[in-house]
Amino acid sequence: MSVIDHNAIELPRISEAEVGDYIALLKPRVMSLVIFTALVGLMIAPVHVHPVLAFTSILCIAVGAGASGALNMAYEGDVDALMTRTANRPIPRGRITPPEAAAFGITLAFFSVMTLGILVNWVAGALLAFTIFFYAVIYTMWLKRWTAQNIVIGGAAGALPPVVAWAAATGSLSVEPVLLFLIIFFWTPPHFWALALFRSDDYARAGIPMLPVVAGPDVTRLQILLYTIVLVAIALAPWPLGYFDWIYGVTSLVLGAGMLWLAIEVYRRREGVAANRATRRLFAFSILYLFALFAVLLAEVAVRAIAPVIIG
Amino acid sequence: MGALGYQMDEKQEPEGIVLTEAQLKSRRQRSIATALALGVLVLLFFAVTLVKGPAVLVRPL
Repeated sequence: MSVIDHNAIELPRISEAEVGDYIALLKPRVMSLVIFTALVGLMIAPVHVHPVLAFTSILCIAVGAGASGALNMAYEGDVDALMTRTANRPIPRGRITPPEAAAFGITLAFFSVMTLGILVNWVAGALLAFTIFFYAVIYTMWLKRWTAQNIVIGGAAGALPPVVAWAAATGSLSVEPVLLFLIIFFWTPPHFWALALFRSDDYARAGIPMLPVVAGPDVTRLQILLYTIVLVAIALAPWPLGYFDWIYGVTSLVLGAGMLWLAIEVYRRREGVAANRATRRLFAFSILYLFALFAVLLAEVAVRAIAPVIIG
Repeated sequence: MGALGYQMDEKQEPEGIVLTEAQLKSRRQRSIATALALGVLVLLFFAVTLVKGPAVLVRPL
């Protein structure tokens, strides 16, 4: 005869989470942009990096970004459940619990930072640790639910990967990675505020103080325009300052004009379908804008490497 | 007969938590993924050791 009433004991929850659920915690789409911008930061560095060390650096930065995503989702599970854009994530769906996601994120953060520090250099390792801390603690736990400037300050975390990659290549910092940082930093507000404009109901329901929710769409439209002006100027500056070539300069000029035009459209069209279309177009174009700017930098490096071989 | 009956009872009513097919499958998947990740980490350290040679621990601060 058993002295324990098994029905009275709450059985531990046995996870049915699959590998795909854990991969979703890493925010693969964000990670792909991080890998791309980090690759550019690594490739434009004026030193030769052994391919194995380059691969190690990019892998560690990618895993570190994934760790940030997992820690963000571990903390944001309740809010994610309230928004249509995020309701399908593993925690709101009940596939993974917040403590499981937190343990996963902390493990990945530890291994990515230590591996980058030990195998590459500690400047890059420390910068990666700071990036993860900034995103998971400063942005997710503090800024996101506290201020409408959340994505402005928090954008620094998203802007750091090319700086980490440059540090991985050179062991130090310079003007070029700071320029890349500034481009992503000033790109973040117009990009996310355009998204917030057509998702403001979602953010309001979740109680997140995004700018359109707390200051209204008109103020947001003005802020988008102002930040876009600064972004276009900063993205163009490396050309006359002599840091990046004319191909980059011309691309930056043409795409910057497009970005500015769409931001003006967002500012002008404030009602109905036209307003909604303008914000969606700016949001979509902003992704292309950042991708193209960095792709041109990558192409310049490739051309410079291949040209001597072809010319002989 | 009595002893045999006792053994049969034990087989029919196993003690503790019994995992479902889905739980067993997902646990196996996660175990394989963890093993692969650790394998990649080992290979990474091995490869970098080959690249850097004896200077693997000499790195800029």
